[in-house]
Amino acid sequence: MSIRERLSGNEAIATAMKQINPDVVAAFPITPSTEIPQYFSKYIADGLVDTEFVPVESEHSAMSACVGSESAGARTMTATSSCGLALMHEILYIAASNRLPITLAVVNRALSGPININADHSDSMGSRDAGWIQIYSESNQEAYDNFIQAVRIAEHKDVRLPIMVCQDGFITSHAVENIELIEDDKVKEFVGEYNPKNYLLNNKQPMSIGPYDTPAYYMEHKRLQAEGMKNAKDVLLKVAKEFENMTGRKYDLFETYKLEDADTAIVVINSTAGTAKDAIDRLRKEGKKAGLLKIRLFRPFPAEEIAEALKHLKAIAVMDRCDSFSNQGGPLGADIKSALYGTENAPKLINYVYGIGGRDVRVENIIEVYDSLYEIIETGKTGETYRYLSVREREVE
Amino acid sequence: MAYNLKKKLSKPERLVGGHRMCAGCGAPVAVRGVTRALKEDDKAVIGCATGCLEVSTFMYPYTAWKDSFIHNAFENAGATMSGVEAAYKAMKRKGKINEEYKFITFGGDGGTADIGFQSLSGAMERNHDMVYVCYDNGAYMNTGIQRSSATPQFADTTTTPSGTESAGKPQPRKDLAAIIANHNIPYVAQTTFIKNFRDLHQKAEKAIYKDGAAFMNVLAPCPRGWRYPAEDLMEMCNLAVETCFWPLFEVEEGKWTLNYKPKKKLPIEEFLKPQGRFKHLFNEENKHLIKIIQEDIDKRWENLLYMCGE
Repeated sequence: MSIRERLSGNEAIATAMKQINPDVVAAFPITPSTEIPQYFSKYIADGLVDTEFVPVESEHSAMSACVGSESAGARTMTATSSCGLALMHEILYIAASNRLPITLAVVNRALSGPININADHSDSMGSRDAGWIQIYSESNQEAYDNFIQAVRIAEHKDVRLPIMVCQDGFITSHAVENIELIEDDKVKEFVGEYNPKNYLLNNKQPMSIGPYDTPAYYMEHKRLQAEGMKNAKDVLLKVAKEFENMTGRKYDLFETYKLEDADTAIVVINSTAGTAKDAIDRLRKEGKKAGLLKIRLFRPFPAEEIAEALKHLKAIAVMDRCDSFSNQGGPLGADIKSALYGTENAPKLINYVYGIGGRDVRVENIIEVYDSLYEIIETGKTGETYRYLSVREREVE
Repeated sequence: MAYNLKKKLSKPERLVGGHRMCAGCGAPVAVRGVTRALKEDDKAVIGCATGCLEVSTFMYPYTAWKDSFIHNAFENAGATMSGVEAAYKAMKRKGKINEEYKFITFGGDGGTADIGFQSLSGAMERNHDMVYVCYDNGAYMNTGIQRSSATPQFADTTTTPSGTESAGKPQPRKDLAAIIANHNIPYVAQTTFIKNFRDLHQKAEKAIYKDGAAFMNVLAPCPRGWRYPAEDLMEMCNLAVETCFWPLFEVEEGKWTLNYKPKKKLPIEEFLKPQGRFKHLFNEENKHLIKIIQEDIDKRWENLLYMCGE
């Protein structure tokens, strides 16, 4: 029997970590992910796990220690947010190129500056090309479920890449909600033992890791890394199927909500999907065929499947909780546009930057977005494609 | 058992020949000197910060390392090895490994005293059971002889060149061994290549086999950066010690011990003279600078004598 609980998103992640009982956790506190290593340290103090915790002096060292630990042959995890993830940036690439399946819980928060501690995706979007698999979560339940599945995806022999499981700072990390937990033994069985093929502490075969790689080989190594990323998509689907068999909870590359018969849709990441579903329910009552596509797997990007799911629409608003300062919109906007390139009669597309630095997103705001989509359909004019939602455009006098 | 260099040299090498370090470089001499102190049956994981040693000993697909080896980045050798050591503890506790492993990390003075300083300080403070060895050649040699905080005062480097308005690096060098000793870790030592390598060997043995964190600061001359003939490695080390530029000492459980006291302390000119990087100091207009260096050396030496109760 599964366990009914009430947990915050952070405690949900910490609980998943406790159930997995990794060999090593190396972490440094940063709001809003601090609670994860904090809860976990208490599990260690109370003898609930036998993990080695490395209380490092920075996030750069957290990721560096994770690289050392995972290379040594230990299942390794960490958690961070915002500037912490930015400080890890250099080592994220090394973790990926060394094919180290580290699991990282990202609690999304705005990057400085100005300093701001609230929900925003600029941190993990800044890492989107680092070679990490990225999975996003709408709720604490999804964060928990995704984290457990993440270990299997990352460690799969055809993948062997690090993975980040993201959720929104405060909105889900700190809000306590109902959650259905899986029994400890079932989680352990699902995740299994970590048995890497090559590792530093293999007494039968020493191993050198982190070479100077000349132009004669570097490119092939990168090509192999890309292959691992390519394989991650199918592996994720297989793991999701097994997870569904165990829990009854179904996961896919992305989630759709009332999309099949829709004429307009928004594409969104993380907690705002919940708000959007409410907005859709209201609009449907008015007879408007509004739909939603919620990103789950962002890296690798399931472009073909997304294009297939969106191609019948008349107008789409892609919602980015960060700006890429390209003067074109946000990173999700760019990826969706590129996914739809070549689609005949592709839907009209606008890209909203919304909710950055924790700006509240209410159902009414989302309805405004759909209103602008219907205006596009009615007038046939797309207008400005790079838009900001709920922003004061003039300085207050 | 009495120390016998010939016997020690007959042990199998853990860093084998064929690597691409320059002729006369001190770094591989430091590595071999330290790793010779490992018991033959003990396994080791060797770490390395980015630098000459790393790029020259492990160029894909070749490695000169017989033990497991990890290079991560420039500034994180300390943190990387703390992760390896943590993994070892966890895996041993869970019964996944039974063998004895030792953990030794090497970094140049740039990777140790400068960019990797925070990572080193953290690893030492957390007291991981590991040895961090700084091979100090007094500049960023891998990128082409730029100054570091370990560069001696008035040395000519490519970022502190001597010229009409400059006499080389203005600042005296950072005393890394003392800084790490103030982390109150079980063992800190400063050494270099002297006579039959007994000092280096014994310190490495203590560093490796003492529980907890240990740090070794090893002067490892660079003939290209210091500009002296490559075959004079041992002579350069000897002069560094005899002038008290590089005193041999150790700090064991907080107790400072001086390991060697020159019978007659040589003037610092003896150390400076053979090195091209100090050539400008011997021009008439710069001679007063040698006095400044001498005063700094004397002050540091007096302080060390005091710390060691001499």
